[in-house]
Amino acid sequence: MHIPDGFVSAPVAAAGCVVAAGCIAYAVKTTNKKLGEKEVPLMGVLAAFIFAAQMLNFPIAGGTSGHFLGAALAAILLGPWAGLLIMTCVLAVQCLIFQDGGLFALGVNIVNMGIVGGFVGYYAHRGGTFLSGGRKRGILISGGLAGCLSIVAASVVCAVELAVSGTVPLGVALPAMVGIHTLIGIAEGVITAAVLAVLMATRTDLLGLKKV
Amino acid sequence: MKPKWWHCALIFALLLALLSPLASTSPDGLERVAEDNGFIEKAHDALFNLIPDYVFPGIEHEILATILAAIIGTLLIFGITYGLARLLKVKGEA
Repeated sequence: MHIPDGFVSAPVAAAGCVVAAGCIAYAVKTTNKKLGEKEVPLMGVLAAFIFAAQMLNFPIAGGTSGHFLGAALAAILLGPWAGLLIMTCVLAVQCLIFQDGGLFALGVNIVNMGIVGGFVGYYAHRGGTFLSGGRKRGILISGGLAGCLSIVAASVVCAVELAVSGTVPLGVALPAMVGIHTLIGIAEGVITAAVLAVLMATRTDLLGLKKV
Repeated sequence: MKPKWWHCALIFALLLALLSPLASTSPDGLERVAEDNGFIEKAHDALFNLIPDYVFPGIEHEILATILAAIIGTLLIFGITYGLARLLKVKGEA
């Protein structure tokens, strides 16, 4: 869902940059001096895993592909603010080095995939875990739903940005974006739950880190 | 030095990077919507190109060029994020 330059208008791109910069500044302030011995390498390997996994586009219906996003997973493991920092590193390198996502659109891309994806994923998982009483299966199902919802929510915001930019009417963009990204979101949910299941079986300590 | 848990995790990420040539080249969700609704041509070319489309430039062999781009990206992102996280860590912890 990386938006290239030209899809969003200058005001929308500028607003995205302002919101993203403000949230990143707050994320740095909030996480500062809170990352422990395990969190530091976990942030590094999680970002590396998310980047590599994002390259693996899988086919979905009708000659379209999708890829893992990872915002929900990062937020579930480390909290939404630390997760936002991870996604910002990934999206910035993708934009600056690999020309994936426009330079002026970097702000909106961070808003959609880092902030919206991460926070929706984080709170969906927390809500689901609470409702299921914190049982193992509940945590995994919540993780899957959180992954799926994070993609759908990001696609909704992306459609609104395209519509506000005058690129495509909302009545067209919204159903099209949400339809495709529900399918991609199902894959996101499966991958998110699978990673949580692996951690649950091997490294439960990484699931219980303090969320920032 | 005994390998730590996150060394294994980083190696796993690099193994995923090796699979990158297998990725589907079909348009992604947003590109599909842009093609179907006639606004794909609104996309501007990038202002500058370093490793566009995740293919390392100047290497004829596309599979190698893709793997090289993927490995560079994975290591670069690990380094940047690890470095940033170290700057934000609890004082007094190694």
